[in-house]
Amino acid sequence: MKFLVYIETDSGDVVASSWEALGAALSLSDDVEAVVIGDKISVVVEETVERGAKKVYVVEDETRAIFDLDRHLADVKNALEASGADAFLASHTNNGRDLAAALGADKGAGVIADALELSLEDDGLKGVRGIYTGNILVDVTVDGAPQIATLRPRAFAPAEKVEGANAEVSLMDPADVDSPYEVLGVQRAEKGEVSLTEASIIVSGGRGVAKDPELGFDLIRELAGLLGAAVGASRAAVDAGFISYDHQVGQTGKVVRPDLYIACGISGAVQHLAGMGSSKIIVAVNKDEEAPIFSVANYGIVGDLFQVVPAISEAVREKVGK
Amino acid sequence: MRYLVCIKQTPDTAELPKISPDEAASGKLSVNLVVNPWDEHAIEAGLQLMESYGGATGAVTVGDEGAIDALRSALAMGCKDATLVEHTDEVDALGVAELLAGAVKHDGEVNVVLTGQMTVDGNSGAVPVALARKLGWPVLTGVAKIVELTDDSITVERVVGQARITVKTPLPVVVSVIKEIGEPRYPTFINIRKAARVKVPTLTAADLGVDAPAPVTHLSNFRKPPARDAHVKLFEGSPQEAAAALVDALLEEKVL
Repeated sequence: MKFLVYIETDSGDVVASSWEALGAALSLSDDVEAVVIGDKISVVVEETVERGAKKVYVVEDETRAIFDLDRHLADVKNALEASGADAFLASHTNNGRDLAAALGADKGAGVIADALELSLEDDGLKGVRGIYTGNILVDVTVDGAPQIATLRPRAFAPAEKVEGANAEVSLMDPADVDSPYEVLGVQRAEKGEVSLTEASIIVSGGRGVAKDPELGFDLIRELAGLLGAAVGASRAAVDAGFISYDHQVGQTGKVVRPDLYIACGISGAVQHLAGMGSSKIIVAVNKDEEAPIFSVANYGIVGDLFQVVPAISEAVREKVGK
Repeated sequence: MRYLVCIKQTPDTAELPKISPDEAASGKLSVNLVVNPWDEHAIEAGLQLMESYGGATGAVTVGDEGAIDALRSALAMGCKDATLVEHTDEVDALGVAELLAGAVKHDGEVNVVLTGQMTVDGNSGAVPVALARKLGWPVLTGVAKIVELTDDSITVERVVGQARITVKTPLPVVVSVIKEIGEPRYPTFINIRKAARVKVPTLTAADLGVDAPAPVTHLSNFRKPPARDAHVKLFEGSPQEAAAALVDALLEEKVL
């Protein structure tokens, strides 16, 4: 089966979970090509070659610096035609999700969306995904050509760099599309701020910070900073205004799957568990030993987060990296 | 201006863990059904647009007769009208998009279609984009704020990954919103009373002149995810002692 993998870029930088889509394709087939669309993307193209794509289709143009559904979709269709691939994979980022949904709609093809696992079956793809917010798992197959799947970030191992990798690079003209989207401004996250969906460690705060929310999240940020972790929050903490919505983990926030999730002062409502229940290791810090979070946690400390979190930071300073 | 909010009736999120694989496979759920929480934010966005720029906000859903309850909730929040597209055959995201596109065209006046960013049951988040493609309209996903609406354009703030992008596009448009757009308002007592008495018009695929496509997405082997094999190990002693033991354990697990 021949794959075409979408390597997402943003202002010349790769969106790292794209390497996971490439890794998933390489684990299923020897015949894997990639498409890179963006502006000033020579480094990303080189890395796509190093990570094992057999051929890389490249659309490099100023108008492609920021994802534009109509333009990028048209370029992907051109690359699919040139490649003749049977399957198209992308990471299930905001843009990957939209791109795959649009491609599927235009081609009358199904999409295996937000897949947790992927395999080959009867000349097609078979995925495993969660429905009912992860409370039920199903196998999914789709009709249509190409077979389309988007992959949950951090659910697949990224493609590794290969010594002496070599690939054909095919430069393509940008598709001639009149886009309806006029970008008036872009505001980016502060440098060093780790993305929740890509983070390998997350430190989260909940209602337990209420007695001094500012100090509580300062302590959580301090620990996160020491661990190179992203900062998360429960819905309760967001709704109370302790921290902004983009930090919310859970049913109506982000679904995350880090290696380590440290829940501080979070009781563990089912809506929160739906967002972080597939983390590899869960640590709970909570004053209430009856809190449901302890029933999913691997490790726990019953205590006041205002004392325990700085103590963890102190222990990390002493023990980690030595 | 005419705004149409596409909503779905979905399980109460607190009851999602109670859904059994058999129920999920048959679609016959015994849990309490409500308006998909993401869609409540879309209704709120529609009501805010109506208040700021005039016009009328309606709600539409695809489902069985029972989905009228979800439409009544939308009416109780303040929507001016509601329509059920009654469809009980199995449909996937593309089929729903086709039916909703039919409903938008049937309405004929719509400038802005609003949706939530995904449903808590299907989870694909594909419908807003698929709907826009069926209509041939632009689509703005992840919308956190509507900056300005004019007679022929809309400017919004989108959240994409960690970036916020301000983007302008001509009308008509499909807008899918996130929670930041605004907390859904509570229905007033008087609106609940009024909504209960409204006769909700029902249309079928045939009324819309739509041939809903057979599913191209096939689900099988419905099952519960493996239970977390977690027996919590609690660390005791002073905060310092417990923290030190925790960090040792995490180093042992190789996650630090």
